[in-house]
Amino acid sequence: MQLPSAEELKKAIKNTQKKPMPSQNAKERVNNFNEVALGYTEEDALLEAARCLGCKTEECRQGCPVDIAIPDFIKKIKERDYVAAALKIKETSSLPAICGRVCPQESQCEQYCVRGKKGEPVGIGRLERFAADYERAQGAIEIPDIAPANGIKVAIVGSGPAGLTCAGELAKLGYSVTIFEALHVAGGVLMYGIPEFRLPKDIVQADIDYVRQLGVDIQANVIIGRTMKVDELMEQGYKAIFIGTGAGLPNFMGIPGENLNGVYSANEFLTRVNLMKGYRFPEYLTPVRIGKRAAILGAGNVAMDSARCAKRLGAEEVYIVYRRSEKEMPARAEEVEHAREEGIHFHLLTQPVEIQGDEQNWVRELVCVKCELGEPDASGRRSPINIPGSEYGIPVDTVVVAIGQSPNPLIQTTTQGLNTGRYGTIEADSDGQTSRMGIFAGGDIVTGAATVILAMGAGRKAAAAMHKYLKNV
Amino acid sequence: MYQILKKQVLVNDLMILFEVKAPLVASSCQAGQFVMVRKDEVGERIPLTIADFDREKGTITIIFQVVGKSTELMATMEAGDCLLDFAGPLGQPSNIERLGRVIMIGGGVGVAPIHPIAREMILAGNEVISILGARTHDLLILEEEMKKVSSEVIITTDDGSYGRTGMVTEVLKELINERGKIDLVVAIGPMIMMQAVCEVTEKVGISTVVSLNPIMVDGTGMCGACRIEVGNNTKFACVDGPEFDGHKINWTLARQRSLMFAEEEKLAMLEHHNEGGVCRCSCHQQKN
Ligand SMILES: Cc1cc2nc3c(=O)[nH]c(=O)nc-3n(C[C@H](O)[C@H](O)[C@H](O)COP(=O)(O)OP(=O)(O)OC[C@H]3O[C@@H](n4cnc5c(N)ncnc54)[C@H](O)[C@@H]3O)c2cc1C
Ligand SMILES: Cc1cc2nc3c(=O)[nH]c(=O)nc-3n(C[C@H](O)[C@H](O)[C@H](O)COP(=O)(O)OP(=O)(O)OC[C@H]3O[C@@H](n4cnc5c(N)ncnc54)[C@H](O)[C@@H]3O)c2cc1C
Ligand code: SF4
Ligand code: SF4
Ligand code: FES
Repeated sequence: MQLPSAEELKKAIKNTQKKPMPSQNAKERVNNFNEVALGYTEEDALLEAARCLGCKTEECRQGCPVDIAIPDFIKKIKERDYVAAALKIKETSSLPAICGRVCPQESQCEQYCVRGKKGEPVGIGRLERFAADYERAQGAIEIPDIAPANGIKVAIVGSGPAGLTCAGELAKLGYSVTIFEALHVAGGVLMYGIPEFRLPKDIVQADIDYVRQLGVDIQANVIIGRTMKVDELMEQGYKAIFIGTGAGLPNFMGIPGENLNGVYSANEFLTRVNLMKGYRFPEYLTPVRIGKRAAILGAGNVAMDSARCAKRLGAEEVYIVYRRSEKEMPARAEEVEHAREEGIHFHLLTQPVEIQGDEQNWVRELVCVKCELGEPDASGRRSPINIPGSEYGIPVDTVVVAIGQSPNPLIQTTTQGLNTGRYGTIEADSDGQTSRMGIFAGGDIVTGAATVILAMGAGRKAAAAMHKYLKNV
Repeated sequence: MYQILKKQVLVNDLMILFEVKAPLVASSCQAGQFVMVRKDEVGERIPLTIADFDREKGTITIIFQVVGKSTELMATMEAGDCLLDFAGPLGQPSNIERLGRVIMIGGGVGVAPIHPIAREMILAGNEVISILGARTHDLLILEEEMKKVSSEVIITTDDGSYGRTGMVTEVLKELINERGKIDLVVAIGPMIMMQAVCEVTEKVGISTVVSLNPIMVDGTGMCGACRIEVGNNTKFACVDGPEFDGHKINWTLARQRSLMFAEEEKLAMLEHHNEGGVCRCSCHQQKN
């Protein structure tokens, strides 16, 4: 491969734009589930790394929830020591190949990058992904030193980013760690929610395998609260427990017609497609039915993922229906852009009020009203107000409700003395300590639906706190 | 991996019993709960009721009817083979109380889930009268087992090939007229049968519990595929049920939702049989 010359690198410093991400062409990719963003080449990475000023003040770091030493790892890339770059990132993040792909960088690290003041910020996420992918492609994933086994048993409930990270950290400290996972595979949302074309499952699998190699035992098909209760785990000699059960309870809008055939929660739709590989039906046995026109309610990552899956499954028209405006859409900027490129239509400032069905109970039409934005509400976002008389119908045969998820309630309802918050979250301090000694929690189950990196960070912090706690009991 | 320790063909090519090694499930399950089973890597997660369990041996018994591709493939498995996934117990256990006189109605493969509930009911000190319905004698399952856990068993077949002729609801009406107070009816079987039972009992005000079997994906409350309407509220059958007050169910909706993937299921079968799939589904065995 052609590497950039010194001169080209010098010139690259002046670029006000990020090096574009090589991607699959939109026309082609709507016909497959392969990854859309192909990743930087070495040349791209060097040219983009050259744009980093290596600021002493390290502004970018304050935007990273796990405080990755961003200038340092980019420096390693400049030095063409990519494995060292990956190791640098791994000092504070356990899932760089994943976060490099799915972090909402524009509202985190890249938002603070000084280069963003004039032009675009440094593509920190893309560089992170490059380093992690490079390391994996080299087969260079090293198993770190593991402290001698101390014989202390700890249990982790849930195998999403929070649980996997916590487990990995504790295993490195010599604990005997078991993860209990309700579903048949580990990975949480990374496996059942985020689609293959955005986060290839072999990458998630590689991270899960890594955690296994650290000595963690993963037991799938165990639903804590049903198969075993938290207190039974305690009785079985687990000295501390981390709960990372996520926010997997689908919210519905509460409008008429939501139980018609053809209406899915985003969780059901994405689980059928991703976890059960419904996009490969009938080779895989789980069906997913899409029809010709699909409306997706909501505009977060979950909604974009649903819309883009619907398109790939063959829907001719896919609409995102969202009651606020473009500016308030919670999805990652890149997802919105990709969705647009793929021909997804946006019905913004539009509030769904009813789903109508035919005689056989199948969805026929989504009834909406137009909205305008009023005063900012408590969250600082301007709340939508329906415009009287603006009702109109969109003919559809599939509706996917993607307006958010609530915390899974099973542990809370089967464990005594665990304080819960207003929206069903488990209460925990910044170290993950809950109201019960020895029980820790982190990730979406504590914060409500958030991000991969926050869940991972919470798992890491909790592991440190559990270590401290276990030394003293 | 979950090994099948015993296979028993209850009805040739149609109803199969597996005893499966699953110690964790066996240690915590109760009557009325179910498991999610996946045969292999490409398999669906399908819900099956726990028909029996042995805590000491660490085994769970499931009985399934061959109605589509997943169940047909599972029926080809033999003792010694392993199911890839077997998760549970899921759902709410049956509410077992000493009530007095309880009528248990099982139709078709519905006799399987009725059995452990009948056993608990009789252990709790109830008089248990069981009505077992089948289309024809060959399709009747668990007769001997049910006799052991019932005060009385009445059998009825559609074609009169065994026991009485006719539908379970006719027997139920007679019992209501002749036996005096009935404290509870539990009915499990084809939807049409459960609905017919509920129509009879509602008129005379007898509480009736039914066990619904909507389409499920995860079975843990995560997807909402199993939504049903009970008294105008939406419920998730896998966490709030599967047993519900039969008088409050929106049956029309439940029936229509169960057809959501009918076309795809047919396609899978056709694909599977390579030509004109044979449907051996006997789910409408109890015609109304
Ligand atoms: C479709 C979708 C797209 C997203 N896109 C992005 C994105 O682009 N960027 C981003 O940063 N974030 C994204 N998110 C959010 C992100 O995935 C979550 O914030 C993150 O996964 C939370 O991690 P967690 O470990 O807390 O929980 P989860 O990932 O939800 O994992 C929880 C695990 O616990 C298991 N579990 C639950 N209850 C039990 C029990 N009782 N016993 C045993 N196991 C149990 C569950 O099966 C699951 O495997 C997205 C979410 C979704 C749904
Ligand atoms: C709580 C519960 C307990 C059950 N217990 C038993 C039991 O003990 N014995 C038994 O024989 N059957 C039981 N069922 C029904 C059983 O799950 C279905 O017959 C099975 O999933 C059909 O799979 P298939 O691929 O062979 O058929 P398909 O061709 O997929 O479908 C045939 C029929 O099964 C229904 N069905 C399909 N997929 C599902 C699914 N994932 N969940 C529920 N229904 C589905 C369809 O609506 C259709 O009517 C139970 C269902 C539930 C919800
Ligand atoms: S983990 Fe996320 S926020 Fe932190 S540097 Fe990487 S992409 Fe940015
Ligand atoms: S703020 Fe931007 S330019 Fe400065 S070190 Fe961080 S990434 Fe590099
Ligand atoms: S089966 Fe998914 S919520 Fe009930």
